[in-house]
Amino acid sequence: MSATSARPSHAAQPSGSAFIVKKALISALVALVLFSLMIGVRTEAGPQGGLIYWTRFGDLAALVGTVFGGSIIVELLRQWWGPVDKDSIVPKPVQSAISFAGRWLAPALLVFAVLVPVIFYDQRYILDLSILVLTYVMLGWGLNVVVGLAGLLDLGYVAFYAVGAYSYALLATNFGLSFWVCLPLAGILAAFWGVLLGFPVLRLRGDYLAIVTLAFGEIIRLVIINWQSLTGGPNGVSGIPRPTMFGIPLDNSDNGLAARLGIEFSPTHRLVFLFYLILAMALLTNWVTIRLRRLPIGRAWEALREDEVACRALGINTTTTKLTAFATGAMFGGFAGAFFATRQGFISPESFTFQESALVLAIVVLGGMGSQLGVALSALAMIGGFELFRGFDQYRMLVFGIAMVLLMIWRPRGLIGHRAPTVYLERNQSISSDLVKEGHG
Amino acid sequence: MDYFAQQLINGLVLGSIYGLIAIGYTMVYGIVGMINFAHGDIFMIGGFIALISFLVLVSLGLTAIPLILLIVLLVSMAITALYGWTIERIAYRPLRHSFRLAPMLSAIGMSFVLTNFSQVSQGARVKPVPPIITGGYTLHEGPEGFAVQLSNIQIMVVLATVVVLALFTWLVSRTRLGRDMRACEQDQTMAALLGVDVDRTISMTFVIGAALAAVAGMMYLLYYGLVDFFMGFVAGIKAFTAAVLGGIGSLPGAMLGGLAIGLIETFWSAYFSVEYKDVAAFSILIVVLIFMPTGLLGRPEVEKV
Amino acid sequence: MSGDPILSVDRLMMRFGGIVAVNELSFSAERRKITALIGPNGAGKTTVFNCITGFYRPSGGAIRLSHDDGRSIQLERLNDFRISKQAKVARTFQNIRLFPGMTALENLMVAQHNALMRASGLTVLGLLGLPSWREAEKRAIDLARAWLDRVGLLDRADDAAGNLPYGDQRRLEIARAMCTEPALLCLDEPAAGLNARESGGLNELLLSIRNEQGTSILLIEHDMSVVMEISDHVVVMDYGVKIAEGTPQAVRDDPKVIAAYLGADEEEAIAVMESGT
Repeated sequence: MSATSARPSHAAQPSGSAFIVKKALISALVALVLFSLMIGVRTEAGPQGGLIYWTRFGDLAALVGTVFGGSIIVELLRQWWGPVDKDSIVPKPVQSAISFAGRWLAPALLVFAVLVPVIFYDQRYILDLSILVLTYVMLGWGLNVVVGLAGLLDLGYVAFYAVGAYSYALLATNFGLSFWVCLPLAGILAAFWGVLLGFPVLRLRGDYLAIVTLAFGEIIRLVIINWQSLTGGPNGVSGIPRPTMFGIPLDNSDNGLAARLGIEFSPTHRLVFLFYLILAMALLTNWVTIRLRRLPIGRAWEALREDEVACRALGINTTTTKLTAFATGAMFGGFAGAFFATRQGFISPESFTFQESALVLAIVVLGGMGSQLGVALSALAMIGGFELFRGFDQYRMLVFGIAMVLLMIWRPRGLIGHRAPTVYLERNQSISSDLVKEGHG
Repeated sequence: MDYFAQQLINGLVLGSIYGLIAIGYTMVYGIVGMINFAHGDIFMIGGFIALISFLVLVSLGLTAIPLILLIVLLVSMAITALYGWTIERIAYRPLRHSFRLAPMLSAIGMSFVLTNFSQVSQGARVKPVPPIITGGYTLHEGPEGFAVQLSNIQIMVVLATVVVLALFTWLVSRTRLGRDMRACEQDQTMAALLGVDVDRTISMTFVIGAALAAVAGMMYLLYYGLVDFFMGFVAGIKAFTAAVLGGIGSLPGAMLGGLAIGLIETFWSAYFSVEYKDVAAFSILIVVLIFMPTGLLGRPEVEKV
Repeated sequence: MSGDPILSVDRLMMRFGGIVAVNELSFSAERRKITALIGPNGAGKTTVFNCITGFYRPSGGAIRLSHDDGRSIQLERLNDFRISKQAKVARTFQNIRLFPGMTALENLMVAQHNALMRASGLTVLGLLGLPSWREAEKRAIDLARAWLDRVGLLDRADDAAGNLPYGDQRRLEIARAMCTEPALLCLDEPAAGLNARESGGLNELLLSIRNEQGTSILLIEHDMSVVMEISDHVVVMDYGVKIAEGTPQAVRDDPKVIAAYLGADEEEAIAVMESGT
């Protein structure tokens, strides 16, 4: 039996140009094999239906060369940087600067958010994007209750988003109910589905729960696709009424808001209204979550994430606690769904794929589980960053995936890596996330 | 009865493919304790590499089909295995001792990368191949003219699965590597103390899982005659469902779960509705887990108080 | 045994597959007394605890809890959280199970979950921030503060539980269990890993819980100095059965007990024998 050989990655990092070149050569060789067929040969269905192919050795060479060069650069950077230590010591002044910025960041962001329609009134694109970002902020905050606080891994969150969206769309198009009646209904229906799913499966643990929520998300999507008589199937539901400002439509008609106020109609009015609507909904989500965290139910969620066995020993009914977390998260998802439907005016199952669930989950985890500010920041960064690549449509998801991997490696615990206590006697000091558990569920 | 027999054959063939992918999920889960979301896409990559190498070999003038298939199999297993190795090295190893969700999200990210890598590099359109293995046997001719067919390709899929499984079982139960793998599954720290190279063992787990997925990818290509960049997602979710259904971490469970999902899907399509076949598979998963929270063959989780 | 038992265990059986971990065990714990359950490693003590606190469902036998008001509850019919919620039995764990990412104060607040849930009107009143809820929350904080003071952790109230030293965590876990206001407190090796000074402090704490709160205590312990000093009654188990019980002195001199410990572990046997001298 040979003893464990010292692995270079664990032992002192060897340096020297020979090592760097050797490592780069190995990387390039691996890249060559990986890309040889996938990049070097391009296949396509030919005009007669058969397959044809052509070679792209130039691209292959370029890519392998890039890997070689990139490997050298990465290695040089690493040596220049010195050994990367996860617990790198941040100097005191920097720490206090960060905490100062942290204290003012949230209010500053809020003020900025309120002013967005004023600043960017003429820029439809930015308004649209802001509305999208806020929708994801709200979804992130909703899922945060389930994943971040209660520590239950939900891979099918988009199902509740879909339930909310279809509830509003169907109730509005079939029964003519207004947005303001449907909004609470959408939330209640989503919460109901959350309980319905939660009840049988919440005694499952860990990854079993994950796959069941994933399966549930897929079931909802497949039912929507196939129950054509109700949902319109893949064609979706169109002609969903736009929201009214408490009964006053925001359109060009005679009794529209513009006409009543005697100002010139502009489609931007509706955008501004939608912006403030989603901002208000997101802030409500945030407010409720912050309140709930300081109530026994919220503390029980976090305790559940920390240690389920101890919770039971303290007389906490873990089933209802989990259910309430599930239902609360689902309800916020339902609200967001109703908003989505009214904003788009058209919904189809394509908007409710697993990718959406993964995206929202990524927002929560990258934000720092349980941190409201972190979730908002990461929604902004992810959706905003995603938009930057709008021009390169093909490469968008590719870059997104790479960014996700790199971000996870860079900050496995997310952007905001600490937890704020819900109650304190003397000092309100945050808790390092190294201590915080992430739950089994 | 004939119809039933035919569906049974079809279901077993489909189930074999799912089972091969499911083993990759269950192996990685057993050792590293993470859901390797990119595994479905590894299967897709395997299919693509099989397709491309087949095309290249044919255009080079090879005509002996068995030889071509053998080379294609070996090439796609080798290259796909390297994909598995690289992904573990880049995306999972830095997160090995991190928090549970970090490697999972990294895996989801990696899955996006692979899906879109193959879309960008090979285009979004479905790639059809002409049937390579044709012919078959008629097992039974029914009175109403319905015949139970067993095609050569079906025989090949099942045979390949059996051979690969036999090899794999031998590997896990009889070799040094298999012993190391089982040791790491039980207790990585202890295994390392006893001289098991944990990093290498985990790498090999990904390599083997990817190679099995490549076999599944090639079988899929031969059986359905097409590949596309998105096939990894659906097949991956089904196979993962199969792994969980069988009891994640259990190798025979993965195969059993794969067969179960294949059969459920086929029979549901045959007797009820094709549209709801996936709904049926997922619903049965949920129902099974309600009554057997750790799957069919999974070890019950003992809660240590 | 005469007196006024708060807990009567009657022919308790616990099987795991073919293994009998606890076999026809009967004993009782007196009200407002400290009863110790001792025995060599693997004797089945923690299994008994898990049966009493609802983490295992016994294969046979009965466990009865009689409250001060005469109400009696069959514990084997209740499970997990109901034992703590309805029967008012609290417990600690052999390998401390605090909520490490929450502060010491928060740990004690979680322990008052059921009372606070009622006060918050199942969250609705709390969400609205009604005065009655604020009042209840303040009382809960006061109770937590009082317990933190009792266990000497007042100055660590706002520190994460996971950051506390080992001995503090043990005491915090006891304080947390006491915040559920239990009738019976079950402690699974509370002195494990404590040094002599800390275990002396623990003795005082347990005695004061018995004397001031009037809480009955059942404890599993290996540290014989703790057992001999504070227990009113000792039950000795070996291989899942009771081999002796009585006062600490009587048990210490029992040849069967000495034999059980000698057979199991020499050091422990010596500890048993030396503890009285």
